[in-house]
Amino acid sequence: MFANKSGRVMLGSCRRKAISVCSVVQSLVGNNLFSWNVGCKQRTLWLQMNVAERTQQRAVHRKLSTRAVHQTTVDPDELKRFRLLASKWWDENGEFKALHAMNDLRVPFIRDNLLNMHKAQHPGKPLAGLRVLDVGCGGGLLTEPLGRLGASVLGIDPVEENIGTAQLHSSCDPHLGGRVSYRACTLEELSADVAGGETDRGDTMFDAVVASEVVEHLADLETFAFCCSRILKPGGSLFITTINKTNLSYALAIVAAEQLLRIVPKGTHDWEKFISPVELERLLESNCFSVQSVQGMMYNPASGAWSWTNSTAINYALHAVKLAEDPQTDKADNSAASQS
Amino acid sequence: MLNLTRASIARNGFGRCLMAEKRSSAVKSVSRGLACADHSDGSGSNEVYDVIISGGGMVGTAMACSLGMHPKLSEKKILLLEAGNKKVMDKVPDSYSTRVSSISPGSATLLTGIGAWEHITKWRCKPYKKMQVWDACSDALITFDKDNLEEVMAYIVENDVVVAALTKQLDSLSDHVQVKYRSKVVKYIWPAAHQAVRSVPWVQVVLASGETLQTKLLIGADGPNSMVRRQLGIPTVKWNYDQSAVVAVLRLSEPTENNVAWQRFLPTGPIAMLPLSDTESSLVWSTSHHLAEELMALDDECFVDAINSAFWSNVNQSELVETAGTLFRSALATFMPSAGSPRQLPPSVAAIGPKSRVMFPLGMGHASEYIRHRVALVGDAAHRVHPLAGQGANLGFGDVACLTQLLGQAAFNGKDLGAMQHLLEYESERQRHNLPMMAAIDLMKRLYSTNTAPVVLLRTFGLQATNMLPTLKEQIMAFASK
Repeated sequence: MFANKSGRVMLGSCRRKAISVCSVVQSLVGNNLFSWNVGCKQRTLWLQMNVAERTQQRAVHRKLSTRAVHQTTVDPDELKRFRLLASKWWDENGEFKALHAMNDLRVPFIRDNLLNMHKAQHPGKPLAGLRVLDVGCGGGLLTEPLGRLGASVLGIDPVEENIGTAQLHSSCDPHLGGRVSYRACTLEELSADVAGGETDRGDTMFDAVVASEVVEHLADLETFAFCCSRILKPGGSLFITTINKTNLSYALAIVAAEQLLRIVPKGTHDWEKFISPVELERLLESNCFSVQSVQGMMYNPASGAWSWTNSTAINYALHAVKLAEDPQTDKADNSAASQS
Repeated sequence: MLNLTRASIARNGFGRCLMAEKRSSAVKSVSRGLACADHSDGSGSNEVYDVIISGGGMVGTAMACSLGMHPKLSEKKILLLEAGNKKVMDKVPDSYSTRVSSISPGSATLLTGIGAWEHITKWRCKPYKKMQVWDACSDALITFDKDNLEEVMAYIVENDVVVAALTKQLDSLSDHVQVKYRSKVVKYIWPAAHQAVRSVPWVQVVLASGETLQTKLLIGADGPNSMVRRQLGIPTVKWNYDQSAVVAVLRLSEPTENNVAWQRFLPTGPIAMLPLSDTESSLVWSTSHHLAEELMALDDECFVDAINSAFWSNVNQSELVETAGTLFRSALATFMPSAGSPRQLPPSVAAIGPKSRVMFPLGMGHASEYIRHRVALVGDAAHRVHPLAGQGANLGFGDVACLTQLLGQAAFNGKDLGAMQHLLEYESERQRHNLPMMAAIDLMKRLYSTNTAPVVLLRTFGLQATNMLPTLKEQIMAFASK
């Protein structure tokens, strides 16, 4: 069953070389508009690996992930390795500036939609008691704010360096330590563990899954949607932020960023992988989700700030809810259907 | 000089956007010089506070209360550090204390929200409804009052009462706001700009007792000679006014419905009488160092005479100015028949409260930056003004209200409290409000420091014209009561 899914995965090892080229170019290029897309690519290419390599890697990942879960202090030798990356991820004015700025939109989006469904005990910890999964967490830019709001967050990312960076950054803050944890693995592996009922790591289903700036880099969205459905509790929320597949997004994200201004190397983004909200909605609904809301986002490079907008032509955020199996909660489905 | 202030501040603000790297490297060099602590050092405890407020005066304690009472900050760990002792007040002492502040309605709203205002009103506070400000060199005057003395303009409250009320409110928040009294800070260790590997990312506060505390956000509320501001190396525009203020508690000759604040601009400096009760008022006399020392040396009777003559005598007026003043007034009356209120004289003083004469130097100061990474300045640490407008405490309370609201919102968005984004917003909002106020106060001080005829004529005309424009007066009152 697992081999079947792996069989659907595309691309070979040429992509890995592309990753290293990207990171070199990224370090050479200064502040730029779409470099955060490059960063996203760097962190979430889990479906674009060679099948043979993946089976090999999985064993390594397993070992690393076991170590990652129990690690509370960082090995001093590894600290040196993480130094360069740490400054990149967590430098609010650096290459990931736009991603830091996006927190102003995505954290309230996630928080408010979750609050609509689960009333908060007290406003100091609005997400207390909720388990959240951050897919493709990178350096933990979104994981930490969600942890600060009281949720128990698990951040996963296939790139071990990113998990190391994230753990290093969150280890300094004792308030986050208990609530935020990281694991270097893929979504498939995690969903297999959860469904397989491996309780030694304490995996249970999640109240919410967040996949921010991930979906536009995946080759196989069907698998992604299926895995999300498996690991979410009935009635759980799925939050996605991604880029639309329109002429405008081609003009800005591909032509302007890659070809005209050459701030991003050619081939970093594949316009074919962008997905429109309608298609994403169709895909999710065929996997037992009901889409609650879709909202457009816009980045202003001059001010470095994101804002909500009526048009979903470029970036958008989507909130979907996993349908419950039993008929008692069909009431929620009907109201959701009338909303979407 | 004022232009210099604004330009330098604007430049700094703009420069920050462009030169974030440069400044952070400066911070780095400072922190390097102060020897960044090792990560493994641990400094004794792994406890990291969310906010540490350094300085437990009126503004610092108000900040602690305000943060403690904010619902979105209810899970944050807050600590207030005060070098002095705890100010407890079971009941109000019979005699008035010398240092008083004018609390505007905006500040009263903040204190009500914190829950301290009810303690203050229960103990002692004096609302006043009218303010008369007039010149010694001419008979120009301006009166401020709201709607025929129905609404209160501001309140005169003793500083001790404010601090004690805030302390009492803090006691009720002891579950997540801690206070350490008699704790003197020796040194601050600033975090490196980016997460350098072998350094602590938090601000470290080293106390005289040897304890080191860590915090995600340090709020400096430690007064005009702020150690936080000095150790950060924030450039501060400041000058001494070559003036000292003499403050005392006055006993009036006869009881009166004492609800007017009086201020007269003498060439040597303004003298103000602020109501405390029907029989007592507070004196704030700003004058040159030399004269202030003389006043302190006078015996009680002579001192009382000096006060009365300062308010009543017309020795500084020349004929030219008198004639010109009358002409202006009649000219204005033809345009605006609804002239301002007639001049009143303040109540005469009979005696001084025992041992209540105190003197302190005056100055102006403005920090060009209110914030740094993980640090914010509030109150006199950020801005220091002349007492002639009674705005010093109110500017500080305004800082408290603004910063609390922004920190609450940042916490609700899951942000790190020491992050620059909301701190920059605090700085811009408060500088936008504080700078015009400080410029106006400084301008007033300089305008009234001389008795050369042209300046006197100018300000006479200006004052009389303003007095006859009710909309302008309302604008001024609204701005001052925020």
